[in-house]
Amino acid sequence: MSALVEIRDLSKVYTRGRQSVEVLHHVSLDIQAGDFLALMGPSGSGKTTLLNLIGGLDSPTSGSISVAGQRIDTLRGAALARWRAAHVGFVFQFYNLLPMLSAQKNVEVPLLLTKLTAAQRRRNAGIALELVNLADRAQHKPTELSGGQQQRVAIARAIISDPALLVCDEPTGDLDRQSAEDVLQLLQALNREHGKTIIMVTHDPKAAQHATHTLHLEKGTLVEAAA
Amino acid sequence: MKYLHLVRAALMRRKTRTVLTILSVLAAFLLFGLLNGVRAAFEGGGTLAGVDRMVVASRFSIIHPLPESLIAKVRAVPGVKAATWANWFGGYYQEPKNQLIILAVAPDYFDVYPDYGITAPMLAAFNSARTNVLVGAALARRFGLKVGDKLPVMGSIFPNKATGDTTWQFDIAGIYEAPNAKSRALEQEVLLHWKYFDEANGYGQGSIGWIVVRVADPALSAQIAQRIDALSANSDHETKTQTEQEFRLSYAKQIGDIGLIVTAIIGAVFFTLMLLTGNTMAQAVRERIPELAILKTLGFTDRSILGLVILESVALIVIGGVLGLALASVVIPVVSAASGGMLELPPIGVRSWLLGLGLMVTIGAIVGVLPALRAMRLRIVDALAGR
Repeated sequence: MSALVEIRDLSKVYTRGRQSVEVLHHVSLDIQAGDFLALMGPSGSGKTTLLNLIGGLDSPTSGSISVAGQRIDTLRGAALARWRAAHVGFVFQFYNLLPMLSAQKNVEVPLLLTKLTAAQRRRNAGIALELVNLADRAQHKPTELSGGQQQRVAIARAIISDPALLVCDEPTGDLDRQSAEDVLQLLQALNREHGKTIIMVTHDPKAAQHATHTLHLEKGTLVEAAA
Repeated sequence: MKYLHLVRAALMRRKTRTVLTILSVLAAFLLFGLLNGVRAAFEGGGTLAGVDRMVVASRFSIIHPLPESLIAKVRAVPGVKAATWANWFGGYYQEPKNQLIILAVAPDYFDVYPDYGITAPMLAAFNSARTNVLVGAALARRFGLKVGDKLPVMGSIFPNKATGDTTWQFDIAGIYEAPNAKSRALEQEVLLHWKYFDEANGYGQGSIGWIVVRVADPALSAQIAQRIDALSANSDHETKTQTEQEFRLSYAKQIGDIGLIVTAIIGAVFFTLMLLTGNTMAQAVRERIPELAILKTLGFTDRSILGLVILESVALIVIGGVLGLALASVVIPVVSAASGGMLELPPIGVRSWLLGLGLMVTIGAIVGVLPALRAMRLRIVDALAGR
């Protein structure tokens, strides 16, 4: 069985002024469909960079990334944007919801890029919010929700387009212990019950325990893989 | 259309700033509506067709006099029912800031101008002495004048033979009230005897300022005007027969090209508006960099981000602009009525609305394009990292 995500000899060099910094150094990695992978490592080890590259938010300096058989390192501009819209859901540490929109409207945003009617968008957003247990807060704005609730709205937004892959950058980094646990259980359920492949960057070993696999990065290199 | 709620959300993010910006756009387009009306009034001046009263004046300048002998010739033109004449006499009362509109009028002036509402006893009182004047009620109220008062006037141009300088003294024989609201501006005038003015002033006896013609058939006004102007063709006093509105506006046109002045003012207003709203949009986009980055993350293309920001900018200007033009539509009839017929501003028509909407969209696009380009070019990873 071929992997959902295939990374080969991936390097990323950032240039800031006259300085060049190699953040990822010849990383090769396969992530199977249905995996829940935790990416761990110290600050500056390249976890978020790797996540951004897998999510199509950035382009590698060299090497290749294929997701579901499609090379995304060769995609640019609108093609890459369309690929992201169709194949990846994003969850960030600080939720990144649009503050002026209600929870439901936030969840609907990715569907604006589809041909669904307003009624269909509304219905799908309702289903997604129900899935994250927030149907009763649909009309609340982000400022009217707790951190954990905001993150669950962000997860609903991430899954609304039914992507195969969820990339989560420190999804519990800004949450209290109980809210973090709720979010992790939600991710676990999405992985187990809905077959979502999840790649999660985290500093927290307890969060990593919810994953099926853990990978460690150090100075841009994969140093350890644990089942 | 499905993106409109995103635009609305962006505009409502900072309500106070948005409201203040919309108010400044409103003010700019209110001014545009009013000044465009002024420009149209000055550039148009009305058509002769259908008017029953016309003014014959020098075609070169209103300060060029016409010979008194022309009146008889004009009266003889077929289709002319009556013709009278007047002269402008500039001056001030007490202080230079109290400028007066003084007209030296012919004996039969009020036959052609019933608009003044001069009663028979008032006319008899006026005609009882050469130095008598009639004063408009508005002017009388302004300076506390009443019948029987002396009215000393410092003339602007015409010297008084009796005094050897430009001081004149008149006797107020009547204070008139225009019966028609549209003629209220006439109540700002002082009317004196042309004969006295002609004999007493040190310049140009036997000359008149302009002739007012009443025609028998308004449908023939244009042809009659041509016939009147033909009387003086190739002479040293060629005439131009025009509508009263055009004649009144020609006074203001002495200042300069009113259309150009108005266009320059509108241009300056819109330039300032562009700086203001451009700054607002730049600030709005700067504050929303992470939100725009999220939209891109979710799959919005660079072009759709560009379009969203420009749409936001255009919406901001269109909301304020439409409110401004709507307000101008309400204010213009009020201003016209308040001018008492002095300034007939045309209502905001389809052409003005289309021009206004065109300007709104253009200004919106111009002020939005730079912030939109910035939003379009932002790199997601940098924006999300706060770089």
